[in-house]
Amino acid sequence: MRRLLFLAPVAVLVLVLVGFFFGLKRDPSLLPSMMIGKAVPAFSLPPVRPEDRGFATTDLGGEPMLINYYASWCAACRIEHPLLMQLREQGVMLHGIDWKDKPELGYKWISERGDPYVRVGSDESGRAGIDMGVSAVPETFVIDRQGRVRYRHVGAVTREVWETTLQPLMVKLRSES
Amino acid sequence: MSAEVGQFALILALLLALVQSVAPLWGAHRGDGVLMAVGRQAAILQAAFVTLAFGCLAYAFVTCDFSVALVAQHSNTAQPTPYRFAATWGNHEGSMLLWVLILALCGGVLAAFGGTLRETLQARVLGIQGLLAASFHGFLLFTSNPFLRLDPAPLEGRELNPLLQDPGLVLHPPILYAGYVGFSVAFCFAVAALIEGRVDAAWARWVRPWVLAAWIPLTLGITLGSAWAYYELGWGGWWFWDPVENASLMPWLLGTALLHSSLVLERRGALVSWTILLCILTFSLSLIGTFLVRSGILTSVHAFAVDPERGVYVLGIIALTTGISLCLYAWRAPAIRSGALFQPLSREGGITLNNLFLTALCATVFLGTFSPVFIEMVNNDKISVGPPYYAKTFVPLAIPLMVLVVLGPVLNWKRDDLRAMGKRLWVPAVLALVVLVLAVMFNGLKGVLTAAGLGLAAWLVAGSGLVLARRWWAGRAYLGRSVRTTPRAMYGLTLAHAGLGLLVLGITGVTAWDSDKVLSMRLGDTVAFAGRTLTLSAFETVKGPNYEARQARFEVRGQGKPYQLSSEKRFYASAQSQTTEAGIRVSPLGNLYVSVGEESPNGVIVRLWDHPLIIWIWIGGFTMALGGAVSLSDRRLRLGAAVRIAPAAIPTAAAE
Repeated sequence: MRRLLFLAPVAVLVLVLVGFFFGLKRDPSLLPSMMIGKAVPAFSLPPVRPEDRGFATTDLGGEPMLINYYASWCAACRIEHPLLMQLREQGVMLHGIDWKDKPELGYKWISERGDPYVRVGSDESGRAGIDMGVSAVPETFVIDRQGRVRYRHVGAVTREVWETTLQPLMVKLRSES
Repeated sequence: MSAEVGQFALILALLLALVQSVAPLWGAHRGDGVLMAVGRQAAILQAAFVTLAFGCLAYAFVTCDFSVALVAQHSNTAQPTPYRFAATWGNHEGSMLLWVLILALCGGVLAAFGGTLRETLQARVLGIQGLLAASFHGFLLFTSNPFLRLDPAPLEGRELNPLLQDPGLVLHPPILYAGYVGFSVAFCFAVAALIEGRVDAAWARWVRPWVLAAWIPLTLGITLGSAWAYYELGWGGWWFWDPVENASLMPWLLGTALLHSSLVLERRGALVSWTILLCILTFSLSLIGTFLVRSGILTSVHAFAVDPERGVYVLGIIALTTGISLCLYAWRAPAIRSGALFQPLSREGGITLNNLFLTALCATVFLGTFSPVFIEMVNNDKISVGPPYYAKTFVPLAIPLMVLVVLGPVLNWKRDDLRAMGKRLWVPAVLALVVLVLAVMFNGLKGVLTAAGLGLAAWLVAGSGLVLARRWWAGRAYLGRSVRTTPRAMYGLTLAHAGLGLLVLGITGVTAWDSDKVLSMRLGDTVAFAGRTLTLSAFETVKGPNYEARQARFEVRGQGKPYQLSSEKRFYASAQSQTTEAGIRVSPLGNLYVSVGEESPNGVIVRLWDHPLIIWIWIGGFTMALGGAVSLSDRRLRLGAAVRIAPAAIPTAAAE
């Protein structure tokens, strides 16, 4: 009986190790969002660029794309901007929404620094952002071929985030029918 | 060049570690003195080669040798030199090298200064140590080689995570690692004792200073880490129950238990197999602490890059070291003679109870940290365990332990009498009661938990002082002499336990009375907060060595002289990331903590916190570590186990 007591630590260790082994397969970087797997709530936004037609939900779908919320007053957007420009050069479908910002300022911002967006809309009241659950800019969403939200990234998109998370997901979505 | 030298030094170190493990174990088995001596030499040489390898990597970092892939990824010419040096261990590979370096140095010290140990015991300890070192050298070389070259070499490197560009980082990991790795020595001693099948007082006297030497930096490291998180992460919190923090807390809790149980073993020869089990488990938790957080099983703000292949290797090491040693324990420990008997009410009894509580606390932290992993495995739910869990489990277990802390040192060894004990304790008891009643009177019954916390703090501080006071009172006729002869270990005990009291004071203060406010401010706006008024007097862009910052300055008026406080958000261009530098006004009564957030059309978001008494948390932590250091300097420990008695000088010619 006393011997069994001395075996108890070994038994506990075996249990813990089994748990850890399966734990290795976990993907820890998922940030849950209410919107994951759901269709993007309908919006039709006025243009930011003059003589442009703005950005609406009808532009979504067909192929996987990114929606990036930015604003001219947002400091972290400056950080991710160079990378967004590179993504545009690589041909990534990237749309922008100028959030809680005057469209003139949003236009000035992209015309001074470079315009990485395919379509860009102005969300001056912040309504479209609120429907998507945006709490602060920058935020970036991955949208699949059916126009559903598949991933939400909060904060600046860094090279690491792009290479380890967003890009693999985009590749995967492209192969989905 | 330096990368190749480092690479070869590391390979040689691996081979030497293999020699260090095979030769002395075989030698001790056969009673072969030459083989055992080979083991000692191998350990010393191994330490030298790992030091060389670490020096090579540090050299590559300081000189910005971007042809080394690791340097290119984690350093940058814009970084000030001290941070370039710190970048050596600010990444997975480098921090692993630092880990092995400390391990190898421990082995070297054991080999060079362990001459007073029984020769076979020293050989077996070194052998186990060599096995550990070999497995980690293998891990470094095969899965995370720090010396890989990059061709062509880039002109400019990427950068250390700016969150980690801070004086705290320069000190924090080496100190913490010294603690983690220090426990490996106790582990090796435990396994060696199991192989030998005997544990004696000499064994305990050797293990105790090593445990203490590991416990001090671990305490210091946890305290520093908490202070760093407080001023650097910009959340205004001091402990987040984050997996990485928990990972350092678990070995600390068990290490504290070990510190006390080894005292019983040394003085009274009791708790033998329990102490050995604690040695094994403490080191296993240190391993889990260092490695699991970077295997992807758990995530946290501190985590390094995640790589499942490394995770499997590390899990293998943990499984082998812990598994083999625990099996050995199950096989051999029942045969080790159990120690002297003692009454339940005695110092041994008190320490046993202390051990039970500490182990239970460690178990709650373990469950809280790892239950998400297990629950997801069983039914695929993602859950997160937060502070409410710890408030329900950790705190109710910690409070009785705090009460116990004062009892232990005033109890007699072997047996004691309840009434006599009560008589000894009336001073701190009355003091704690007075504080409790006063706190209830000022706060009302609503704050009864706060009052209890304050009473507990008074009980701890007064009760620790009691130990010294009792000794001096007993020898009051010769006060000077009795103060002089008080062993340093006793001062250490008083400091460490009183530090715990200060810690309780700080935690109680900040938990009960902290307040915060989030608002949007424009230039010139004034806000009233926690008895002060703050005015946003300036908001501008400033340039640092490798960052650009938006800096907000506040004029603060309150009791006392008005002062300025500034907080900034820094943008690091090359790492493309940002950090918040909080503005903190520190005072013994409470801190004012200001941090700026995002800018919006309505101004900048400002978060304000008032943290009463929070500084005592860290003062308490440092006092505990200081107590440990004072205790370690005690003559009894410094001399180690079997002091060879110098051959008595034999008067050759009687000079009478």
